[in-house]
Amino acid sequence: MEKRVTFKGIWLPLLLVLPQLVITAVFFFYPAGQAVYQSLFIPDPFGLSMQWVGLGNFEYLLGNAYYRASFVTTAVFSVAVTVVSMGVALYLAVLADRLIKGSGVYRTLLIWPYAVAPAVAGVLWLFMFNTRVGVVTWYLGVLGYDWNHVLNGEEAMGLVVVASAWGRISYNFLFFLAGLQAIPRSVIEAAAIDGARFWTRFRTIVWPLLSPTTFFLLVVNIVYAFFETFGVIHTITGGGPQQATTILVYKVFSDGFVGQDLGSSAAQSVILLVIVGALTILQFKYIERRVHY
Amino acid sequence: MAGMVEKRGAGYWMTHLGLIIGLLFIFFPIWLAFVASTVSQPEIVKPPMPLLPGDQFFENYRKALFSGINAPVALMMLNSLVMALGIAFGKIVISLLSAFAIVYFKFPGRRLFFWLIFLTLMLPVEVRIVPTYQVVANFGMLNSYSGLILPLIASATATFLFRQFFMTVPDELAEAARVDGARPMRFFWDILLPMSRTNIAALFVILFIYGWNQYLWPLLITTDPSMNTIVMGIKQMFPSGDDIADWPVIMATSILAMIPPVIVVISMQKLFIRGLVDSEK
Amino acid sequence: MATVSLNGIKKTFGKIDVIHGIDVEIEDGEFIVIVGPSGCGKSTLLRMVAGLETVTEGEIKIGGARVNDREPMDRDIAMVFQNYALYPHMSVFDNMAYGLKIAGTPKAEIAERVNEAATLLQLSDYLQRRPRELSGGQRQRVAMGRAIVRKPSVFLFDEPLSNLDAKLRVQMRLEIKQLQRRLGVTSLYVTHDQVEAMTLADRMIVMNGGRADQIGAPLEVYANPQTEFVAGFIGSPPMNFLPSEIEPDAPEGARTLGVRPEHLRIASSGTPATVVYSEALGAETLVHVTLPQGGQATVRQDAVIPLPAEGAAVHLEWNATDRFFFDAEGRRR
Repeated sequence: MEKRVTFKGIWLPLLLVLPQLVITAVFFFYPAGQAVYQSLFIPDPFGLSMQWVGLGNFEYLLGNAYYRASFVTTAVFSVAVTVVSMGVALYLAVLADRLIKGSGVYRTLLIWPYAVAPAVAGVLWLFMFNTRVGVVTWYLGVLGYDWNHVLNGEEAMGLVVVASAWGRISYNFLFFLAGLQAIPRSVIEAAAIDGARFWTRFRTIVWPLLSPTTFFLLVVNIVYAFFETFGVIHTITGGGPQQATTILVYKVFSDGFVGQDLGSSAAQSVILLVIVGALTILQFKYIERRVHY
Repeated sequence: MAGMVEKRGAGYWMTHLGLIIGLLFIFFPIWLAFVASTVSQPEIVKPPMPLLPGDQFFENYRKALFSGINAPVALMMLNSLVMALGIAFGKIVISLLSAFAIVYFKFPGRRLFFWLIFLTLMLPVEVRIVPTYQVVANFGMLNSYSGLILPLIASATATFLFRQFFMTVPDELAEAARVDGARPMRFFWDILLPMSRTNIAALFVILFIYGWNQYLWPLLITTDPSMNTIVMGIKQMFPSGDDIADWPVIMATSILAMIPPVIVVISMQKLFIRGLVDSEK
Repeated sequence: MATVSLNGIKKTFGKIDVIHGIDVEIEDGEFIVIVGPSGCGKSTLLRMVAGLETVTEGEIKIGGARVNDREPMDRDIAMVFQNYALYPHMSVFDNMAYGLKIAGTPKAEIAERVNEAATLLQLSDYLQRRPRELSGGQRQRVAMGRAIVRKPSVFLFDEPLSNLDAKLRVQMRLEIKQLQRRLGVTSLYVTHDQVEAMTLADRMIVMNGGRADQIGAPLEVYANPQTEFVAGFIGSPPMNFLPSEIEPDAPEGARTLGVRPEHLRIASSGTPATVVYSEALGAETLVHVTLPQGGQATVRQDAVIPLPAEGAAVHLEWNATDRFFFDAEGRRR
C-alpha cells in the first residue's frame, strides 16, 4: 500500500531520514557486519593481528560440548519459561474474563510485574531462595528439603525459569485477556444454550478462537526467553553451577567479555542472528496470515 | 465471557479465590522485598526473616539513596532517568522524522532505506553486543550518557509504528493543508504531530520502561560507579567473595528501581496497553 | 474572480493514459460541473487544476496566467474535498483560519473573515467545536467555510455531497448554488450524479474514458446529446436505445436509435411491444416493455393514463423529431 505521494522535494526527506540512517549505520549495521567479519577470524593472544579461519569458528563451536550443551539449556529454559508464564497468564485471564465487574481492578494489579526489570526480578527471587537468608529456603528446610541452587544445577534452572516467567505473566495476561474479550459473547452463549459446560466450551470454542493470540505469544515469549532474560541469569546464577544455566546469549557475553574470545563470541552472535531471523520470519508469516482472516 | 451464563454461586467465589491466589504469587516477591527494606540486617541474616514491615524504613532508604554501596542510589536513579528519557525521546523524534519522510515523500533510495530499517527489527542489541561495545569504546563514549542511549535507539520498531499510523491518515488532509498553503514541515508540526499525540504517548510509556529496565548494556559500558544505572547497579551492590550482602539496602534499592516504571505503567494504563498491542502488530 | 482555461490537458500515470486532451474556456463567475462515471478521469482533471497532480501535457491558465508549475497555494484556489478533510484536532474556527494563518493574515482580519463566513453558513454557534462533534451537514459547511474565507478566485469541489444522505444532499445542493451565485466565484464541481450536474451547472463537461464527450449548458446537452454515452448518462430514467432497423428512414451508418422515455407513447398502432412491468411513482408511471426485435424500453407517462396490464401486447409510437441516431462508434448521425 502506498500513499498518493503529496510532497515534492528530495533534500528535505533525505535530511529527515538522516538521523536514523546515521545512528542505524554506526550502531547497527557496522557492528552487525563486524560480528559476521570477526566470526571468520581468530585474534592472536595479544590482540595484535587476526588470523583468517573461514568457518573454523563455527566448526569449533558446533563440535564443542559446552556450546552444544548451551543449546540444550537454552531450549529447555525457553520452553519452560514460555509454558509456565503462558500457563499462569491464561489461567488468570480466563478467571478475570469470567467476571463482569472487577476485572479492571485485577488487571491493574496484575500488570505490575511488567514494569519490573528482569534483573530486579532476579534479585527478588534470589532473595527468597538465597541459601543463607532466603525465606523460602528456610521454610523448605523446615519441611526437610535442602534447597541449594548454588550447587544444584536443576534447582538453579528451576529458579531462573520461575523468576523469568514471573516477570512475563503480565504481558501474556494482557494479551490473553484482550483475546478472550474479543470472542463474541453470542458464540459462548450459543454454546451454553447447546448445553456445553464451562470446560467443554473452553476446549471446543474458546481455545480454538484464541489460537492466533496463543501462537503470537508463543513466538514472542521464546524471543523473550532467548534475549531478555540475561538480567535474570546474570543476577541469580551467573550461568552456573557448571554452566547449568548458561543460555546462548549469556555465553556470547561470557566468552566475549569475560573470556575475551572475540572470534568465537562473534560466531555465536551470527548463529543467534540466524535464529532470531527465523523466529522473526515466523512471526511475520503469522501476521500475514492474520491479515487474511 | 461466561459470567452471564453462570450463576453467582460457588463458581463466582472460586473465580475470585483463583485470582487472589494468582495475585499473591505475583506480589509475594515484591512484598518480601518491601519488608526486607524496612528491617535491620540482623533480622534478615537470622532466618526466618519477619513477614511484616519493621521500623527501619527511613534509615534504610536514606542510606540507599544518599550513600548507597558503590554510588548513591539517587545518582543511579538520575542516570536511569536520563537514559530512559533519552531513549524514549530520541527514538520517538528520529522515528517520527523518518516515518514522515518515508510516507509523505518519494525520494531516491526510499525503498532501500525502508528495507534497511526493516532489517533492524530483527536484531536485538544482545546479539551484536561485542562489536557495538567496540564501536562505542572507539568513539570514547564509555561511561557517558550518549554511549548509554545512542546504540539503543538504533532500531526501527517506532519508525514502523508511526509509518503504520501515518498510512491511516487520510490523503486529503495533506492535500487540504497544501491547498491551505502549508509547506511539508508546517503540515508535520501543525497537523501530523498533534494527530499522533496518543500514539506518541503510548510509545513513550513502552520506551521509557524499555530504557529504564536495560541491564546488559549499562553493565558493559559503565565501569565508573557514578555512571551506573539503578537496575544494573543493584547487582554491583553484592559483595564478591563470602561477605554477607547488605540486604536491607539492596532491597530498598530494588523497590526504588521499580517505582518509576510502575508509576508510569499504572498511571498511563490505557495508553500502555494500547502501546503494547500496537507495537506488537 | 478569474477565468480558467484548459488547453490540450493530458494525464498519464506510468504507461496508462487517463486523460486524452481536454480543452475548455471557463468564464469568470461560471459554475462548471464535470460529470461522468467513476474512473472517467473527472477527479484527476480537477486535481490537476488544484495543483495536486502534475500535468503531463497541455496548459492550465487561471486568470490568464499559466499555473502548471505553481504550488496549490499559489494558484489562488480553494478546494472542498469529498470527505471534507477537516483537521480533526482543530476547532471549527481554527480549521477555517488555518490557511489565513499560514498566509500571515493579521489576527483581527482572520477573526473577521471567519466570523463572516460562519454567519453566512450558520456555523456561528459551532466555532469552538471539533469536527467530530458536528453532524455531516455541518462538517460539509465547515469545509465550504474553509474555502470561502480565503476569498479565492476559483472554487474546486470534489464530489462534496457524496457522503451525505439523500435529503441533506438536496438541501446542500441548493445552498451551494445560492452561495456561488452570491459570491460570484468561478467554480469547478466534480460529481458522478447527473441530477447534481443538471441542477448546479451553468455549463457541464460530460466525461467518458478520459475524454470530454460534450461541453454545454445542461438543457442543451439534454436536448441535443452529441454521443450515445452522453445520451445514456444524462437523463433519468436513461434514454432508450433500440436497433435502428426499426426506423425505415434511419440515416446511413446509424446503428442505434435513441428515444427518451418521456417521448414514447403507448398507442393503438406503431411498433409492437410487450409490457413487462409498470412502476407507478405517483405523478408519473414508468412502463417497462420488451420489443420483439430484441431490446427493452421504458415509457414515462402521466399518472392519469390507465396502467397497462402486465404481459399485455401494446404498440409504441414517437415523433420523428424526438429521435436520435448513433453510429457504431456512438457518434451522433
